[in-house]
Amino acid sequence: MGTLWFWIVALMLTAYVVFDGFDLGVGIVYLFVARTETERARVLRSIGPVWDGNEVWLLAAGGTLFFAFPLLYASAFSGFYLPLMMVLWLLILRGVSIELRGHYADPLWRTFFDGLFSFSSALLTIFFGAAMGNVVRGVPIGADDYFFLPLWTNWQTGANPGILDWYTVLAGVFALAALSLHGALYLALKTEGDLERCALCIACRIWRATVVLTAAGIPATVLARPASLNNFKGHPVAFLAPLAVIASLGMMRYTMAKGSRLFSFLGSCGYLISMLVGAATGLFPVLLPAVGIAGRDITIDRAISDPHTLRVGLIWWSVGISLALMYSVIVYRQFWGKVPTDAEGYGH
Amino acid sequence: MHWLSAFLVFFGSWISGFFIIVTNAWMQHPVGYKLLPNGVYAVTSFTQLLLNPWALLEYSHNMCAAVVTASFVMSAVGALYLLQGREGPYGRIFLKLGVIAGIISCTLQVFPTGDLHGKYMAKNQPTAIAAMEGLFHTEKGAGMVLMGQPNYETETIDNPLVVNNVLSFLIYGTTAAEVEGLDHFPRDQWPSTLPLLFYSYHIMVGLGTWFGALMGIAALLLWRGKLYSSRWMLWLIMLSWPLPHIATTAGWMTAEIGRQPWLVHGLIRTAQGSSTHVSAGNSLFTLLGFLGMYTVLSLLWVIVVYNHIRSGPLVNGQAAHPQTVTV
Repeated sequence: MGTLWFWIVALMLTAYVVFDGFDLGVGIVYLFVARTETERARVLRSIGPVWDGNEVWLLAAGGTLFFAFPLLYASAFSGFYLPLMMVLWLLILRGVSIELRGHYADPLWRTFFDGLFSFSSALLTIFFGAAMGNVVRGVPIGADDYFFLPLWTNWQTGANPGILDWYTVLAGVFALAALSLHGALYLALKTEGDLERCALCIACRIWRATVVLTAAGIPATVLARPASLNNFKGHPVAFLAPLAVIASLGMMRYTMAKGSRLFSFLGSCGYLISMLVGAATGLFPVLLPAVGIAGRDITIDRAISDPHTLRVGLIWWSVGISLALMYSVIVYRQFWGKVPTDAEGYGH
Repeated sequence: MHWLSAFLVFFGSWISGFFIIVTNAWMQHPVGYKLLPNGVYAVTSFTQLLLNPWALLEYSHNMCAAVVTASFVMSAVGALYLLQGREGPYGRIFLKLGVIAGIISCTLQVFPTGDLHGKYMAKNQPTAIAAMEGLFHTEKGAGMVLMGQPNYETETIDNPLVVNNVLSFLIYGTTAAEVEGLDHFPRDQWPSTLPLLFYSYHIMVGLGTWFGALMGIAALLLWRGKLYSSRWMLWLIMLSWPLPHIATTAGWMTAEIGRQPWLVHGLIRTAQGSSTHVSAGNSLFTLLGFLGMYTVLSLLWVIVVYNHIRSGPLVNGQAAHPQTVTV
């Protein structure tokens, strides 16, 4: 049961990265791709119907964590208190800037909200990358299973790390590249004309950065937490994940040169999924690794809820997630295809 | 399709409200739980949790308050349009709908929801009721303090304006009944911030009385067909729109401060629930951050809503009073 819930949470976080990832990415490349008011309105329309639904995956993953692994939830939400609050602020600012933009006619106000949207999207992505870096590297869990991380210490991994060190900053920059690539490919899929060309051109450049950062990131992870390799050594079949990473990078490159936008975007989805599956495989069965002397890793067995809770939870989770999936299918079908060029702006 | 979407929005938000209230009600009045050997409380009956009498009372009182707020905002917009002398039917429609919904919800807010909630609270959180009413000493035929300032040192109310016997009557239905004052309970069970609790409660009840009176007179005028031309009444309705927001906030403060010093009433004290690893400085920092952000957002919100109200509803896809948005 614990293993099942581990993969359920991993799946939901992956869904969050793949879905909300593209609208965060669109936010990052927004100011570079779209220059005029009509272009910006079209870009916002491409994510307008779906961005808030995509964010629900994060909320749902948090909720699932809360009932399946209460110890992890309590420990992590206390230890990452300050950065989590900052994420919340950024999520608020980002949502507000998308929604309020259309309600102000003055171009200066619109420019202000455009800047806020792009800034908060980029910063959120860096934060999420750094958060992932923290989970992979491990945190100084105390004897009481709690911890507190300062924002930074000496920028080194080891017994006394901060939220930010060389590894987590690398993870943040990596996330910035991977998600802007994801977002640019989504834009290329959803728009036409100059916008599509421009998005594709930016995607080609970011693709190179992503390849470099992937090549740096994998050895860095082994360096930051050597135990990440254990599962790969024990079950060589797990090496399929890094192979899939390379394959999807290749697929993106090939389809960007010639091929359909849909396949480039799917390549990017495959890339993110295989990266995250690889990371989850490296962690399993640990949920949050400990660094330093006092701490014990928070593992599935230690954090898992009461069996009765899990049984009841599985039923309700299935009901809830089916509703969410139905909603997603309806919305994505409704808005399938390119955003029409003559459409009105995203204001309602 | 529009109707279905609107219905789903209503259904989703009211269901979501119910689960929030269920959680809060469990903290106010825990039911259907057992204590596990490792010191963790586990829910044993989902039905009991959902049908917690406290939850049903709190939910009806709270949702009724939401309708009060909505009807005040709606009638205020209607009143504004009429005062401005705008053409078209919207001013009258908004005002009529707002006042009818307002008089119904204001009545339900006091009776039965508020009344029953108070009585249930007196039974299960007597310290909270005593502190809300500023009743320091146990009394037979206790009076209700309409206004006054609780004085911690002398344990009396300064400048009191009291109606005799009313409190006993409201809680127990007879004017002679004895109401337990704060002196009946050990000091470590008193809600920790008495004056704040007293004022929140009195602001809620005072404003509630104003809402009832205002909507009552407005409904009377509507019935006699004089409402649309009574400019003094339109002014009062228009100016009253922020008050339900304040009353709702004060009501929640009453519920939450009244529960103190408990996190879960009778089971876990608030001091036991506080985080050991997040420092007070950190919490203050984020609290100030939220305050700052919400101040800015409120300003933006006021601008947006004001502009939308000014340009009016769409008629055949066109704004009836097109305005360029100016800030």
